Amino acid sequence: MFDRIQRRVVSLWFPRLASDRFLRQHLIDAPFALTLKQQNANRIYCLNTDAARQGLHRGMSYADARAFCPTLQSTPADPPKDQLFLHVLRRWATRYCPWVGLEGDDGLVLDITGSAHLWGGEHAMTVDMRRRLSRAGLSVQIGLGNTRGAAWALAHYAEGIAPPDDMLGALKTLPVAALRLEEKTSVALQRLGLRKIGDIATAPRAPLTRRFDPGLLLRLDQALGTQPEEITPFNDPPHYGVRMTLPEPIGLLTDVMVGTERLLVQLCAKLKAQEMGARLFCMTLRRVSQDQQQVELRLARPLRDPYRILPLFERGLAEVEAGFGIDQLRLKATQVEDLPVRQVSHVLDRGKDKLDDLITRLGTRVGLENIQRFLPADSHIPERSFIISPVSYTEPQSGWSNVRPRPLCLFSPERIAGTGPYPPEHFRWRRMSLTTGRATGPERIAPEWWLEDENWRSGLRDYWQVDTRQGRRLWLFYTPQNPGWFVQGEFA
Amino acid sequence: MKHPDLPFFPPASARTHEVCGVGAFVFAFTLAARLGGKILWVREAWESVQLNPNGFAEFIDPVVLTLCNAKDQKEALAVAEEALRSGAVTLVVVTLSKPIGLTEGRRLQLAARYGKSTGLAFIPEGMGSNAAETRWRCTPAFDPKDSTLQKWELIKNKTGTLGIWHVRPDTASRRLIMVSPTGK
Repeated sequence: MFDRIQRRVVSLWFPRLASDRFLRQHLIDAPFALTLKQQNANRIYCLNTDAARQGLHRGMSYADARAFCPTLQSTPADPPKDQLFLHVLRRWATRYCPWVGLEGDDGLVLDITGSAHLWGGEHAMTVDMRRRLSRAGLSVQIGLGNTRGAAWALAHYAEGIAPPDDMLGALKTLPVAALRLEEKTSVALQRLGLRKIGDIATAPRAPLTRRFDPGLLLRLDQALGTQPEEITPFNDPPHYGVRMTLPEPIGLLTDVMVGTERLLVQLCAKLKAQEMGARLFCMTLRRVSQDQQQVELRLARPLRDPYRILPLFERGLAEVEAGFGIDQLRLKATQVEDLPVRQVSHVLDRGKDKLDDLITRLGTRVGLENIQRFLPADSHIPERSFIISPVSYTEPQSGWSNVRPRPLCLFSPERIAGTGPYPPEHFRWRRMSLTTGRATGPERIAPEWWLEDENWRSGLRDYWQVDTRQGRRLWLFYTPQNPGWFVQGEFA
Repeated sequence: MKHPDLPFFPPASARTHEVCGVGAFVFAFTLAARLGGKILWVREAWESVQLNPNGFAEFIDPVVLTLCNAKDQKEALAVAEEALRSGAVTLVVVTLSKPIGLTEGRRLQLAARYGKSTGLAFIPEGMGSNAAETRWRCTPAFDPKDSTLQKWELIKNKTGTLGIWHVRPDTASRRLIMVSPTGK
């Protein structure tokens, strides 16, 4: 019996979606239009019934419209927001059935097969839809048929419910444009005298296919149900947020932590199901006095283990001022990253987990970008032979190779007195007078001409390792192209 | 594990120590190489002296070192305490520019004992805290034959005697070689 279930589809058309959306928030009881700049002219994008009654229509230039109707009020249209609004409506429409798709940019299509009886039948269902939508301030036209095409035709040209057994009977008096045809095709059909769908359905098919493209008959077959047409439902993007409302306000840190633990367990189960890990958590605590406090937790790497995350929250939550008590906790993972399930092995690096947790905790104090590591870089220039980058967004790299001795610490070059290509015998540096005991060098390093560097303007550098008799071991360089001696580092 | 002929090195673990002088970097990296494990290097953000990973790569692999830039000394101490307490790193080096009080020093000491990690504070000359387990003054010494000779003076020791040693960190074998002071 199940293979003979008749499919039933509802098409909702919002003829004035954009202006209705705007007028929901702004009370305007006058001719009103939304304008959009198209092809270098301001044209009417959407208008309300008052404006339509004045003889205005879509696509009319705004200047003309103002001339026809001097009292016209207008505002610029915002099509992306209209689309968002349509998605909101799509989500709302899943209250009627689970299978809801978008129809163009101003309609919805619902596959209500098997769910109409929950609303007391198809008629009661459409009445309920109309009532709720008109209460929300939206004008809507509803068509109900066996197919997506039929429902669309009814919604746009003759609102109503088509009986399930006679699709053609319901559609045959509608104009051919109700088949979702292009403007050109429908005009051509009318010139041939085929004005109604019934005319096309009874006309011989082969000449129609030859005269027009097969799309015409495809549309007809789709409307009558001989060719299938799918409705693509949208999946809601997963929402990584949970909340808990408390009957009695709480104020102790331990209580808040217990609440946080419950939320974390729920949220992490959700993350695990999607194989995601959270990078940034945002905890919102609502107080009895209706104001909110937020605690952010930025993790050193994506995680979804509630019992590892919980202690990391402690510091942030301890700073929250509870006031007269907290009566709602809301936890949201605002930044998530892929975290595929991994094989747990006995050689797992436990120390790394501990270090990551430490970095997260320190990150809440000093900021994660202040916790850094060294990465090797491919350059002979001493100060560019390594990169310092935040730990949490890089992987450690090995590949350190130094052929020649390098100082333990570097500073910006400090000039000392000295002439000639060999290190000075005596020099003063940082108010110390030093005597050269042994000098090793020179090692010539040329500037990288492909990179502009202010510090290397002086040209080539001859580096010397100088052991002074006073003990200090310095890294000196001489710039032969621009004679001068500098200290840049210390071996110590 | 202590080297048989070097009773003074490495200094007691799970304690915090202080080091001053120009050779402090060599001391820190020699200690890091001896202890093994991960290192957290805490310093204040304004410091212009830059650690050079190519330089200390012969002591330790730069992968094990994590840098932390703190806003001021108070924050640096807080970070060091938290890191010592967590036990996630074996050595925490913190650079101090101002003298610290007994309370701060003692807190670091307790954190190190709790987390079983070693702490090492770089201090300006003569600005130590009484809570430190040992205090060292390290200076490089001139040696006509070689350029690794260091003079390490133990200038405070809570549990033993003081002393002066001339040492030579051998980076190839990761050992510390003691040189007799008369031999220089």
